[in-house]
Amino acid sequence: MNHRIITIAKKELLHIKRDPYSLTIIIILPVIMVILFGYAITFDVKNVSIGILDRSQSKSSRELVNTFTSTKYFNTRVFLNNEKEIEPLFKKGIIRAAIIIPEKYSSSLKRKPETKIQIIIDGSEPNTANIISNYVKMIVSSYSLKINNFQIKAPIDIRPTVWFNPELKSIIFIVPGLITIILMLISALLTSITIAREKENGTLEQILVSPIKSYEIIIGKVIPYIIIAFIDSIFILVASKFLFSLKIEGNLLLLSVLGLIYIISSLGIGLLISTIAKTQQVAMMMTFISTLLPAIMLSGFMFPIKSMPKILQYITYIIPPKYFLIIIRGIILKGIGIGYLWHQVTILILFGALLILVSLLKFKTRLE
Amino acid sequence: MQKEIIIKTKNLTKKFGNFTAVNSISFETYKGEIFGFLGANGAGKTTTIKMLCGILTPTEGEGYVAGFDIYSEKTKIKQNIGYMSQKFSLYEDLRVEENLLFYGGIYNMKNKNLKVKLNEMLVRLDLLHLRKKMTSELPLGWKQKLALGCALLHNPEIIFLDEPTAGVDPISRKNFWYLIYNMVNNGKTIFVTTHYLDEAEYCHRISIMHQGKIIVTGTPEKLKSQYKKTNIEDVFISLINNQTYES
Repeated sequence: MNHRIITIAKKELLHIKRDPYSLTIIIILPVIMVILFGYAITFDVKNVSIGILDRSQSKSSRELVNTFTSTKYFNTRVFLNNEKEIEPLFKKGIIRAAIIIPEKYSSSLKRKPETKIQIIIDGSEPNTANIISNYVKMIVSSYSLKINNFQIKAPIDIRPTVWFNPELKSIIFIVPGLITIILMLISALLTSITIAREKENGTLEQILVSPIKSYEIIIGKVIPYIIIAFIDSIFILVASKFLFSLKIEGNLLLLSVLGLIYIISSLGIGLLISTIAKTQQVAMMMTFISTLLPAIMLSGFMFPIKSMPKILQYITYIIPPKYFLIIIRGIILKGIGIGYLWHQVTILILFGALLILVSLLKFKTRLE
Repeated sequence: MQKEIIIKTKNLTKKFGNFTAVNSISFETYKGEIFGFLGANGAGKTTTIKMLCGILTPTEGEGYVAGFDIYSEKTKIKQNIGYMSQKFSLYEDLRVEENLLFYGGIYNMKNKNLKVKLNEMLVRLDLLHLRKKMTSELPLGWKQKLALGCALLHNPEIIFLDEPTAGVDPISRKNFWYLIYNMVNNGKTIFVTTHYLDEAEYCHRISIMHQGKIIVTGTPEKLKSQYKKTNIEDVFISLINNQTYES
């Protein structure tokens, strides 16, 4: 390869190696994000404490209670003596839900199928309440099927089967998003800062007095970041595989190639910013606002795009992470091939080409 | 002996919007001399150097460096010149030798040739014992020498020095001029800007710049006798005062 490009790339690696700020973003940030999103920030609801008011006190009512607590969703139970105890326990946050089994539960169960039990759920966290309600329904319906000897009497029986993520674990949903964001962060943020730094220190001018071409400077500068972004993605995938038993359904080679396209389009944003920003601080602010925030909020990483207000939905069309998120989720979770992804891939390529072209042109004229 | 012209400008002009930084300057620099550009800050010295180095396109006028046109043959010019900017554009987080290796590398120097030249340069600048030192830890005088080394490693014919001694202590300045003489003895041409008027005496010929214009060019001796002063500082002051009265 071109010797001048290698020279620039080698020097960039030295900068990265010696700059605590870059190292933090490259090494510590992915680790923290995996740990945070993997263990702490989870949309799953587990180990919910429930209160049990068993007025029936029969063999069959105890059986029902045991069904609940034998799952990983409800682990602790608090036995209550009357309904008045529920509210203070909700307020203190000791229990999230309470099951009330009526006095006549056992006898009614023997007589007719429509036996009722009552569930009270703390709705102060709507998302959690929803999930708990679903769990309860699931558990009760499978239990009632069991005591009915699996005889279905209802004319329509719904048995939902969830594909691609049968346990609906949120980590599996989050990992692809995490890779999308970290790639964006490294490609856009670090490149924009590194070029702004050369401008700020006057070293860019010194380089430009040499016969080097502007594309050689840019390629040399971005190569280390492409490699690092790749290594980080591999790290996240491997860590997720071992820590959260993430299974990669699709083709890793395809994912790498498309990942590279995404990295290049993100680099394009970083480059464009670096041609505008005069100092590192300005570059950092601009990158945060124009890439990181949209990548987290508007890409579909945290919030589904379909449930956003219309105007925000239109904005998401110009956010490259949105397209890569569809690609990476599709490949990792669904194992889909390129045939399903042409639309997204084409848009990413167009974005990348446009951004890099504009920044190369601006980079040249900028020096005047 | 016929002197060979190595830098030549004719009515060279640079405007930034309404502001004319360099106003139609014409001069010639001969091969093997030290040509000094004198002037206050903002006189247009740096803008002139940048145009000659090919990093700034002139608004009007002609310019040739080492026989190449400053509009159309920038790349050829760049191969033949060394440039040391006002700010000593070094990488503070790189070691002394890493800085030199980097600047050598972007001039396409490689492998053995680069290593040999690096060692020669370290010896020449008396930086050999500091080669592994981090650049940020060097005193300013040493940084200045290192910056010079970076500009010289690829052995350019013409060396542009933009305020090379700004902020440096007198002893380092003296040593620096000793290095400059050394280069001239090796047949190099030096184009230097300064606002230290005592340094003008070290130059073979000088141009005094004021508000974008060259007001006078000549050898220091000639200027001193012409204006009947004992040193360049007095020549400069009387010229600038005249200019100010005129405008």
